[in-house]
Amino acid sequence: MNVEIKINHALKKYGENVIIPDLSVDIKPGEFFTLLGPSGCGKTTLLRMIAGFNSIEGGDFYFGDRRINDLDPSKRNIGMVFQNYAIFPHLTVKKNVAFGLQNRKLPKDKIETQTEKFLNMMKIKEYQDRLPDRLSGGQQQRVALARALAIEPDVLLMDEPLSNLDAKLRVEMREVIKEIQNELGITTVYVTHDQEEAMAVSDRIAVMSAGVIQQIGTPKMLYQRPANLFVSTFIGRTNVLEKKLVRSGNGLAVDFGGYQVPMNNLSGEAVEGQTVQASVRPEEFVITDKGDVGVEGKVEFSTFLGLNTHYLVRLASGERVEIIQESRIDDILEKGSTVRMTVKGEKINIFTQDGSKSLIA
Amino acid sequence: MRKARKWDMWVLISIGLLGAYILFMLYPMIKLLINSVRDENTGALTLRYFQRFFDKDHGYAYTLINSFKVSIAATAVTLLIGVPMAYLYSMYEVRGRNFLMVMIVLCSMSAPFLGAYSWVLLLGRAGAITKLIKAWFGVRLPSIYGFGGILLALSTKLFPLVFMYVNGALKNVDNSLLEASSNMGCKGIKRFFKVVIPLCMPSILAAGLMVFMRSLADFGTPRMIGEGYMTFPVVIYQQYVGEVGTNYNFAAAIAVIAVVITAVIFLLQKWSSNRFAFTMNALHPIERRKAGKVGNFFIHLFLYGMVVISYAPQLFLVYYSFHNVSRTGNIIKKGYSFMNYQTVWPDLGPAIWNTFRICGGALIIIIIMAMLISYLVVRRRNLVNNVIDTMSMIPYIIPGAVIGIAMIMGFNSGSLVLTGTAWIMVVAMCIRRMPYTVRSSVAVLQQIPITVEEAAASLGASKFKTFWKITIPMMINGVAAGAIMTWVTLITELSSSVMLYSYKTITLNLLVYVLVVGGTDARACAASTILTLFTIITLVIYMKVAKNKEISM
Repeated sequence: MNVEIKINHALKKYGENVIIPDLSVDIKPGEFFTLLGPSGCGKTTLLRMIAGFNSIEGGDFYFGDRRINDLDPSKRNIGMVFQNYAIFPHLTVKKNVAFGLQNRKLPKDKIETQTEKFLNMMKIKEYQDRLPDRLSGGQQQRVALARALAIEPDVLLMDEPLSNLDAKLRVEMREVIKEIQNELGITTVYVTHDQEEAMAVSDRIAVMSAGVIQQIGTPKMLYQRPANLFVSTFIGRTNVLEKKLVRSGNGLAVDFGGYQVPMNNLSGEAVEGQTVQASVRPEEFVITDKGDVGVEGKVEFSTFLGLNTHYLVRLASGERVEIIQESRIDDILEKGSTVRMTVKGEKINIFTQDGSKSLIA
Repeated sequence: MRKARKWDMWVLISIGLLGAYILFMLYPMIKLLINSVRDENTGALTLRYFQRFFDKDHGYAYTLINSFKVSIAATAVTLLIGVPMAYLYSMYEVRGRNFLMVMIVLCSMSAPFLGAYSWVLLLGRAGAITKLIKAWFGVRLPSIYGFGGILLALSTKLFPLVFMYVNGALKNVDNSLLEASSNMGCKGIKRFFKVVIPLCMPSILAAGLMVFMRSLADFGTPRMIGEGYMTFPVVIYQQYVGEVGTNYNFAAAIAVIAVVITAVIFLLQKWSSNRFAFTMNALHPIERRKAGKVGNFFIHLFLYGMVVISYAPQLFLVYYSFHNVSRTGNIIKKGYSFMNYQTVWPDLGPAIWNTFRICGGALIIIIIMAMLISYLVVRRRNLVNNVIDTMSMIPYIIPGAVIGIAMIMGFNSGSLVLTGTAWIMVVAMCIRRMPYTVRSSVAVLQQIPITVEEAAASLGASKFKTFWKITIPMMINGVAAGAIMTWVTLITELSSSVMLYSYKTITLNLLVYVLVVGGTDARACAASTILTLFTIITLVIYMKVAKNKEISM
């Protein structure tokens, strides 16, 4: 248990088609690590390389100090949970959970107690003699998880395990998964395309695009300090505005058409007059009543969602931005009304013009 | 690891299967091809046999034309019967639906020549109905022999194929498609031609091909009822058995011609069905309606009438089997008893044993090989496995008589002599029936997500254990259903076995054939009744095994 996963310069090709050009990552022992990215970004491919179902065209994969590149999947001691659960339909729930233990040729009573333990842990003991097709999706997922965990694997791999569940069950199951993982302290690699799910369960997340890891970090870091424009737009919602850096007192500021937002956390690469991409999340705009401060815009659309109200606002410069404000007790701003907004400078992110790099120190 | 993976269990299985196909199929077929262009005496290269076949005055090209005429006519008739039957069956409430379905399937399950034979017993020169009508009305019925008889026998036996295919297709037609078409003012007969038929076109074409191929390759029917109307499988048989002097090389040449023709037809069908191919999946199956009083009557008359017409002759065989007969077996006497059964019993016992031994053996080999091949084809696509896949499908287009003659040419001399043994029949049966079982196994396996096997691997199961404990149990239901249907075709197999059997390996079906040809009608009927009983038992087992009541062919 508690194994470190180390991947150095992984390469994956299908024929001449390179899926993952050169990928390295260290996953700490006991960590809940998530591969997050849009479909086709190579996250499942990478997971299946770790599991041994996909060939490895280059690089080294280690569990601890054991190189596993050439190890058959059946000898890697992994627990895998699949998107479609992959439960054996001809075996009862109990036999499904015991399947891996039986391959270990353990004594009967040991198999029995171990199976029992995980049936109880996943709260599926009462269904133990049923065939899987008589179970709901959530129950099937619990069986899949119990089966994967029963062999006490070094590594738990999960490939979009919640994507076939309805929204409510998804939230419930992700809590179950997080809780169990915490309890067992097993190194876990989790694949998903749902950023909210990733944020909810992960210790660290690797955001992937086109076979390349864009950034690895805690959920908080990815949201608040994305490394590049892709991460900033992929994680959460944001408004991307092309702006210029101007001088303001001793430092630099972002110029929002006359309204200047001073930045005191820019890196050395930022220079006066540089064109940048400013990423301003909807909640980082603040609608203000104070006369002439801030940037002016016209409300084009408003949506009341209870806790928050969303506005689409056309700025004087012609750009349309999305703004989220906590709902107020007085009237919602009418369509067509003119508003002024300030920007929370300490929260926004500034990227180079091509979006490849953050200019925040 | 790359290297280790290259030499796992599946590679050995690939090699084994490839070897088996090369030895038992490719080699005999090549021998057949060589013999067809080799002079029987000198061994020199010659096209003499092909010239002889196509010779204007003394050739046999006319038998090809006969075969074509009969096959095209049979295809047309079965489509004309089967498509409306399936349509009415799917669109309207019919009393005794399940019973009707079982009867339609039973119609198709009898041995190919038995249908023809029963028609001869009813409408032939000395047929029961012929005599009755002559006695009552003094009218002589037109002759049943020749083209008309073959067409009658083939149509009544093969229309269930069309029915099953089209019925299957209609199950995938969503009711909303029919409703939408009614909405736009296309109803009734117009909708049948403008919407229903085009939707079922892929299945209709597939069924048409199936009927055509079976008619073309059928040996038993024209042999029983064709008389002067010769078709080419009969010629191959005659050249081999030699009622008018044998010539193996000439038989080989005819066989080659037959394969070329069926291959061309197969490719044409593939090409045309690709143009029609689309997939359907019905969320809401067609809702069956109750027809009006008159309509209802005619629907039932048509559906049940067809079943009666095609199955009654077989029941007549059963009835006939209980007739008392003279000692020679060909003159009917008064009264009924089991005497025919008693007379044939000494032959019947060994024949039944042979049926189980040979057909059962073949079935087991077919199931095992089909599962292995389908696994290789679906999960391990590579060049060798594609070759195995193609080889396993080739017999689909080879008439049984051709396989029979190829087997003899391959294994009647040299280091591996199989002629006269049970093995040669087993091999021929395996080759002939493998395409169907492989296709159905592939379809079953494609439904099973590969992640289930990966899950097993991740839980520490070896490749062998994964296949044995996970893949096979998941496949077995689907494969078993197909295998039971294969069993029926095996116990009624004639066209290749008739060239390969010896007195030691005669099966029940061959015994019936021998008795029929020998002219001992009542005894033949007794043996055929046992055979019919077998098919009915098989069908009952099938319906127990296949969880849903659908019967697929």
